[in-house]
Amino acid sequence: MTERISSREQLNALRDKYTAAIEHEPVRILVCAGTGCQASGSLAVWEKMSELAAGTEVSVEFGAEIAHGKNFPAVHKSGCLGFCEQGPLVRIEPLGVLYTKVKPEDCEEIFDVTVRNKDIVHRLLYKNKITGEECFNQDEIPFYKGQTRVVLRTCGKIDPESIDEAIAAGEYQALAKALFTMSQEEVIKTVLDSKLRGRGGGGFVAGKKWQQVAGQPEKIRYIVCNGDEGDPGAFMDCSIMEGDPHRMIEGMIIAAYAVGAQEGYIYVRAEYPLAVKRLNLAIKQATERGLLGDNILGSGFSFRLNINRGAGAFVCGEGSALTASIEGKRGMPRVKPPRTVEQGLFGKPTVLNNVETYANVPQIILDGAEWYRSIGTENSPGTKTFALTGAVRNTGLVEVPFGITPRKIIFDIGGGIRNDKKFKAVQIGGPSGGCLTESQLDEPLDFDSVKKLGVIVGSGGLVVMDEDTCMVEVARFFMEFTHRESCGKCVPCREGTLRMLETLERIVAGQGEMKDIDELRTLADLIIHTALCGLGKSAPLPVVSTLNAFPEEYIAHIQDKKCPAHVCQKLKQYIIDEAKCRSCSKCARGCPVQAIDGKPKVPYVINQDKCIKCGACQSACPFKAIYVA
Amino acid sequence: MLDQSFYTKTDEILSKYPAQERSLIPIIHEVQEAYNYVPLELLPYIAKHIGITETKAYSVASFYERFSFEPKGKYIIRVCDGTACHVRNSLPVLERLREELGLSSQKKTTDDMLFTVETVSCLGACSLAPALMVNDHVHPAMTPDKATEMLKTLREEDAKS
Amino acid sequence: MGKMIIDGIPVEFTDEQNILSVIRKAGIDLPTLCYHSELSIYGACRLCNVEDDRGRMFASCSERPRDGMIIKTSTPRLVQYRRLLIELLLASHHRDCTTCVKSGDCELQRLAHRLGVSSVRWGYKERTHKKDFSSPSIVRDPDKCILCGDCVRVCEGIQGINAIDFAHRGTEAMVIPAFNKDIAHTDCVNCGQCRVVCPTGAITINTNIRPVWEALADPNVKVYAQVAPAVRVAVGQAFGGAKGENVMGKIVAALHRLGFDDVYDTTFGADMTILEESKEFLEVFEKGGPFPLFTSCCPAWVSFCEKRWPEFRNNISTSYSPLQMLASVAREYYADPAKNEGKKIVSVGIMPCTAKKAEILREDLKRDGKQNVDYILTTEELISMIRRAGIRFDLIEGEAADMPFGIGSGGGVIFGNSGGVMEAALRTLCEGPERSSIEQLRNSGVRGPGPLREFTFTYKGNEIRAAVVSGLAEADALLRRIKSGESIYHFVEVMACRRGCIMGGGQPAHAGFRTKEARKHGLYESDVNTQIKKSNENPLALSVYDTLIKGREHELLHSHR
Repeated sequence: MTERISSREQLNALRDKYTAAIEHEPVRILVCAGTGCQASGSLAVWEKMSELAAGTEVSVEFGAEIAHGKNFPAVHKSGCLGFCEQGPLVRIEPLGVLYTKVKPEDCEEIFDVTVRNKDIVHRLLYKNKITGEECFNQDEIPFYKGQTRVVLRTCGKIDPESIDEAIAAGEYQALAKALFTMSQEEVIKTVLDSKLRGRGGGGFVAGKKWQQVAGQPEKIRYIVCNGDEGDPGAFMDCSIMEGDPHRMIEGMIIAAYAVGAQEGYIYVRAEYPLAVKRLNLAIKQATERGLLGDNILGSGFSFRLNINRGAGAFVCGEGSALTASIEGKRGMPRVKPPRTVEQGLFGKPTVLNNVETYANVPQIILDGAEWYRSIGTENSPGTKTFALTGAVRNTGLVEVPFGITPRKIIFDIGGGIRNDKKFKAVQIGGPSGGCLTESQLDEPLDFDSVKKLGVIVGSGGLVVMDEDTCMVEVARFFMEFTHRESCGKCVPCREGTLRMLETLERIVAGQGEMKDIDELRTLADLIIHTALCGLGKSAPLPVVSTLNAFPEEYIAHIQDKKCPAHVCQKLKQYIIDEAKCRSCSKCARGCPVQAIDGKPKVPYVINQDKCIKCGACQSACPFKAIYVA
Repeated sequence: MLDQSFYTKTDEILSKYPAQERSLIPIIHEVQEAYNYVPLELLPYIAKHIGITETKAYSVASFYERFSFEPKGKYIIRVCDGTACHVRNSLPVLERLREELGLSSQKKTTDDMLFTVETVSCLGACSLAPALMVNDHVHPAMTPDKATEMLKTLREEDAKS
Repeated sequence: MGKMIIDGIPVEFTDEQNILSVIRKAGIDLPTLCYHSELSIYGACRLCNVEDDRGRMFASCSERPRDGMIIKTSTPRLVQYRRLLIELLLASHHRDCTTCVKSGDCELQRLAHRLGVSSVRWGYKERTHKKDFSSPSIVRDPDKCILCGDCVRVCEGIQGINAIDFAHRGTEAMVIPAFNKDIAHTDCVNCGQCRVVCPTGAITINTNIRPVWEALADPNVKVYAQVAPAVRVAVGQAFGGAKGENVMGKIVAALHRLGFDDVYDTTFGADMTILEESKEFLEVFEKGGPFPLFTSCCPAWVSFCEKRWPEFRNNISTSYSPLQMLASVAREYYADPAKNEGKKIVSVGIMPCTAKKAEILREDLKRDGKQNVDYILTTEELISMIRRAGIRFDLIEGEAADMPFGIGSGGGVIFGNSGGVMEAALRTLCEGPERSSIEQLRNSGVRGPGPLREFTFTYKGNEIRAAVVSGLAEADALLRRIKSGESIYHFVEVMACRRGCIMGGGQPAHAGFRTKEARKHGLYESDVNTQIKKSNENPLALSVYDTLIKGREHELLHSHR
């Protein structure tokens, strides 16, 4: 039976008990079970590890009854370690060794070599991609070296499905501190002093929101967590919810205490089933433990937490659309004022922050505002998690202090561009953001600096693009996204994105005219200034940003009918290299539209008028004689 | 007309939620999970139970991309077209799947009701781009050939069950 | 309270809810396509954007006025944005403007013209959706819809029906009934308020002009018309007359010119309704229930009650509506070969109401399988006919309505205002000196602002608890209170449209606050100018009891629901 914790002392006792239990584990095998590693097959690895542990007649226990005693290796599923690309990842404590790309068939060797004999399976270590050096543990891997883990400090080190491990890791200590040693005003003041800014995109000072909600005459208040991470190319919040759900929940309870809210909602994307599962479990466990529900930790404070799943609408990341969706309505933004802090969910004052913002709160309460401000920059203190993806060597989830340069993230942590290609741009802020180019890579990355560059930090997607990326096509891609996701309420967003998309589609198909550029700018300007909600207002930014940074690419598409990156299908020209062609006729036979002619001993030729640019000939050619111009 | 069993099942779902407007979306989620789609006939029934008009229920349900009024296949393949997947060539994977199954952006489900192919904005598996999801399971680093292979495996799995 | 500077002019504001109202008060006609003062703020059209002195741009409909604000409403970029917004709307609009029924009266067209949008750079929208002709009252044409949501908010918010709503999203979004079924198969009560607020041709009146015109041209047909009270105060403005002016005489003359053989005044029917309804009320009152008795003249209300509150169906008075009263009596009148001259009789009601088009089709209002009224023309349709016929309404001389159904009491004429039916009914129960008792009733609370008014009336020492409500959402709430026992009334007047028939679904749209008030005063003024104040003093109405309908009152004047 789970024990209900009814005082701060009991919480501390439990923390000590579980910590001791973990310390008693001579070997602790953590198999990453984040979405990424699971996709790469980490569950099979976990099963195999568990089986082996059982096979060597040592018991494997989880959760509340972590085994005591000697010689019991414990196998746990952990939260996301961030280095998803190298998954499945297996970490073995207390050695601290990190194995990458582990397969079930590797497990026996790991057991023999590392678990039993404390030795290393060298072939599973990460090798530095440049120097070729073996990296024994996490800290030696360049990917982790430049990172500062505040929000993700526990992520990957504990089993996210066990509240006991979270308690052992010190979670809920901040809650206890707030409940028993701080007044509501003190909590708000600490958060305000920390200058913690919302990580969802806008960067609004979180403490201000709290203060405003606390000051409302209406006493029924809500705490809402935006876990509707809709930006394509972003999975930071997903990893936090999956890997360390209790930290975020703790942050929400602290917020609730601070503003006097009785009920909270977490709005999670339905595309994150694992996050939903783990949050549900975490809420259940926390409630059983008396960390949620009535009379939390015996303090007299009560708070209930619900989970709402999104249903596939990007616009629900906008505050008023999100609350409308929780209310059971169409997720359409409404006009403001009144603002969410005045009349939010069910028309009541509401604190609405995103996952990462709440996850920052416990450590601020524990270590204080001053400590927090020591990280990052003056006006953007703390760290930011980013989803580093695209054409970099190391992709994954990273956490860095604000003020770091994009160059550091891409080239130090990310290891530079894949396949030694040339860097072209990095897309930041998702569909509401824009791209940074080579010349901007040394600017500090914080809320205000990037704003000056015409982009936003956004929720934290960083998609790196190399010379093989067509920026016009990228602009079209984002426009298609925002157009598809427009709720359809206000005229500029609904109609304007449609016409911008049509124009971009014409340009990438080689049917653009020079006046299209002016029209794109005209419409972008209209939407930016007149759209109803923040998502609408920022919808044209990817286009504006690429127009500013890469005008020559647009012009190449329009005037020369060429795609410099050879991406745009309709502008491609497949050409047969006469020198390489052996007249084998394979290309002609593979062509679905009979566009290739030739005779024996004479190089074949593609009829460009007939060609539908399907690329079948290129794959069919055994001599690599066909190239794209 | 829907079989009575649909209403019995729906009653079961309805009993789990307060009869309020805010229960609408969670209820539709569960109905969709039970049947792989939202049978339209159930919307007025649900609406009446929670005290809203059928117009409102339809208005809300049709807003959300995830809710489908058309029956879906046993295997729902959601190909990620997030930025990371897009720049790492998710489109050829999608095209291959559609080609193999005779589907298009309009026709999303095979006639034998085995497969549904859709796109999704992001699966949160960007590091393993391009990714896709079969029901609740993520498949990383896809290529067109891997997609073909995957269909084969799914077919075999179906034949066994 | 405060002062702001709008386009350089100081403007005082008091209780205005938003900057837009202050701007309009200042005499600037800032364009909007989704703002109605009585509906919730939607903020979708973005036309009312303004700039403050720091160059911040925001929608004036949703921002509260603050003292000292400096607002500019038409800087070059604001004007440019407005033009672009209209151009974008036109690009997605089925632009068959020249032949559109709404042409000339279309808000989108008017703004395009006003803002000088002379070309549309983007696509042309082909017809992609079928028009919905299923309702006798309104026609839906989704290809003309600009998604302003006015109809949705009036249907749901003011009328409490929600027959139509947004479906899908983005450019796929549409305003449709659930499952895109025909409007006739929804809870629609035909009130027509959606078409009143619709700025374009997306929802229009289902017109009967053509069959009426054919009947007028047929030598073997005798066509008579009756004109409802609210119509007379809504036509003049369309022809350059004063707002709310009673132009009944000109309407009669125009109808005669159009070829109507006889033109009657529905006020006569209203008096008949009062005679029957007050009798019915006294019976119920003396019997001690069942309470409350609801008025029956508004067909949208009757339909609403039947659909949403079937338990109160039998509380609705069985007395015919004024339209049906007159038509039923006229049917007896024209049964006389001397009167029908061997011709077929066609009965036309000129009404402020779209729901009347549905009422005439009701089975319980047919006698021997035949409708009492063949066609309803709304005020809007009447205006169209006068225009098409080229009748110079401004110059035409007024004429008196025809006998024997051409006279009504003052009580009958105020039927068109919310509270008018109640007032007319209670007038017949007034005791003591006529003038002062009528005056007392008038000040009892039966008149006044707001959609709901509750008051008491003393009859033979007993207190009658009465309520007057307009707008079906308000009525819905009232019924809930009646059902729970929270509110107790003896007599309740319900009109589906806010302010009553003067703002009916068939009246000319674009009526602002001043027009609404003028129409109301127009009817009250007519009452003042009428010699006969009480329905039970209308000699023509009283005489039919001894002649045309003698002994058949119940059969001819009551519905048998």
